Amino acid sequence: MRALKQHRGIVAPMDRSNVDTDMIIPKQFLKSIKRTGFGPNLFDELRYLDEGKPDQDSSQRPINPDFVLNQDRYKNASVLLARRNFGCGSSREHAPWALEDFGFRVIIAPSFADIFYNNCFKNGLLPIVLEEETVDQLFQEAEKEEGYQLAIDLEAKTVTTPSGETFAFEVDDFRRHCLLNGLDDIGVTLEDAEVIKAYEASRRETAPWLFGAGG
Amino acid sequence: MAGKTLYDKLWDDHLVKQRDDGSALIYIDRHLLHEVTSPQAFEGLRLAGRKPWRLDANLATPDHNVPTTDRARGVEGIVDPVSRIQVETLDSNCDEFGILEFKIMDQRQGIVHVIGPEQGATLPGMSIVCGDSHTSTHGAFGCLAHGIGTSEVEHVLATQCLVQQKMKNMLVKVNGKLGPGVTGKDVVLAIIGRIGTAGGTGYAIEFGGEAIRDLSMEARMTICNMSIEAGARVGMVAVDQTTIDYVKDRPFAPKGEMRERAIEYWKTLHSDDDASFDKVVELEGSEIMPQVSWGTSPEMVAGVGGHVPDPEAETDPIKREGIVRALRYMGLKPNMPITEIRLDRVFIGSCTNSRIEDLREAAAVVKGRKVSPLLKQAMVVPGSGLVKVQAEQEGLDRIFLEAGLEWRDPGCSMCLAMNADKLGQGEHCASTSNRNFEGRQGFGGRTHLVSPAMAAAAAINGHFVDVREMMN
Repeated sequence: MRALKQHRGIVAPMDRSNVDTDMIIPKQFLKSIKRTGFGPNLFDELRYLDEGKPDQDSSQRPINPDFVLNQDRYKNASVLLARRNFGCGSSREHAPWALEDFGFRVIIAPSFADIFYNNCFKNGLLPIVLEEETVDQLFQEAEKEEGYQLAIDLEAKTVTTPSGETFAFEVDDFRRHCLLNGLDDIGVTLEDAEVIKAYEASRRETAPWLFGAGG
Repeated sequence: MAGKTLYDKLWDDHLVKQRDDGSALIYIDRHLLHEVTSPQAFEGLRLAGRKPWRLDANLATPDHNVPTTDRARGVEGIVDPVSRIQVETLDSNCDEFGILEFKIMDQRQGIVHVIGPEQGATLPGMSIVCGDSHTSTHGAFGCLAHGIGTSEVEHVLATQCLVQQKMKNMLVKVNGKLGPGVTGKDVVLAIIGRIGTAGGTGYAIEFGGEAIRDLSMEARMTICNMSIEAGARVGMVAVDQTTIDYVKDRPFAPKGEMRERAIEYWKTLHSDDDASFDKVVELEGSEIMPQVSWGTSPEMVAGVGGHVPDPEAETDPIKREGIVRALRYMGLKPNMPITEIRLDRVFIGSCTNSRIEDLREAAAVVKGRKVSPLLKQAMVVPGSGLVKVQAEQEGLDRIFLEAGLEWRDPGCSMCLAMNADKLGQGEHCASTSNRNFEGRQGFGGRTHLVSPAMAAAAAINGHFVDVREMMN
């Protein structure tokens, strides 16, 4: 996984609440057995005017000029500014894969759906929760000023605007540690293999019906 | 010291290690796999040279991509080559790593959340995960069950554990009795309508109260299934005699003396009387009407006797904008009666409502009646091969076919339209599934979430009606 310590990037404001994972990456693209290549189909139904199909050259498709990521000023955005309950719905990790593949590293919203939030950290993508009033302010600033950038510091847990205004955010220590260092958390867990084995042995005693194949 | 909630007990029983940074290692008793969210996890294992930690905890089946017609040719019969590769990849991964899989031609194949309980692979007190958000279904058995992403699928395969933070506790209590014709689906839609699609975010929800206690296991599964639609990864119901009776004699369930021992433990799986919850929501069962969703989020629901809302009446600007957008997408006008919504298709199926009781409920409504000529299609997709067999033994297939509904083979089907079953642009569908997101059932498709009985009533009439008016 790619580490993330500091990041500065152009902000794309997506002014819509309850953006679900079906919207982030529609189901026809979940048929892939790979982790990469989802970027061209990020927000497919909002971004293009036709119905997207797997294995199609998306550069030839008619685009929806009204959609935020189709505007020239946001084409190189790496910070997505979003509204309440971003990432709700399905557990598909294809959603953070698509966002990451497009070029996003940070998503800022007043709230996220739990599974999506968790999936982001596994893929070098940092979801940041800020107060709704703060997010409102950032929306206004990002829409007003072309090339608007935010600086994110995961070490210091801060978001800084171009004028130097700084907002603190919370993130739990384990996720932060893994993302700062680009750690594979399976490796971290396997350091406790003996503890897991001991737990398993005691569970075999207390709940033996949970072991052994049925059918 | 205050007592424990059901969630507290399940958490404590599965806690392998509490870490100093606030995270915890939680042991996973059952891991369910399907073809969509597992290929990259198996690939990850291969790349790292890792093996599954404990094979007998895993159970796999293809469900999302499988066709619901012409199954005689098995995998070869999957017309879409991309879908076929995904199903073949699950087969080869399970074969390579030695994981038990109910393949497409196995009678036990079905929607992963239907076959777990059906096989007794879902047992009270288990921790159960799957790369699918509707894993909350299994919470109906007093399980700690939730959806995970693909990285976590790989993590569970490799370590039998998950890194978790403990959630907060919420109790949703449904008091009193439900009226006739009101089902588990109506209860959960009413709950989501009340607390909102993010109302349960960060919480494990326990559903309790007399109305929940009175429900069958299958109705409880419907309710827990849609916890995630209220934002809660986990939804649970305490174990009682209904639970214990349901798991009896199922293939994976303990038998004889082992069952007696298990029952002793299962009976402890309820919240203590003095347990405290971070949040409590109460509904009166008698006030819940059959529900219909009108918008593009499961919180956008109304009683069948109600109306599509007027955005002008909404004071929160973000919600108002959401309503305006939803009505535009759905092609509906403010204040129109729900019963005036005309339909193009009806879908009865999905992990929410494709079990035998759901099919019985729908069959009772369509029996001796005919599907409206206004509809292009009405289909019934049983949740598993075994549900299909049982329905046919009970003659439900004849009832559906005689009424003009299609009788299909098991799979996720039009709930998310990854296979060939989908809505056309602008089409309205009465669907027993769980999500009415834009494009969910097909590009430009318009989903209305309802119970099987309400979907059946809509199939006969070509528009929504109060199913209670058709019941004698």
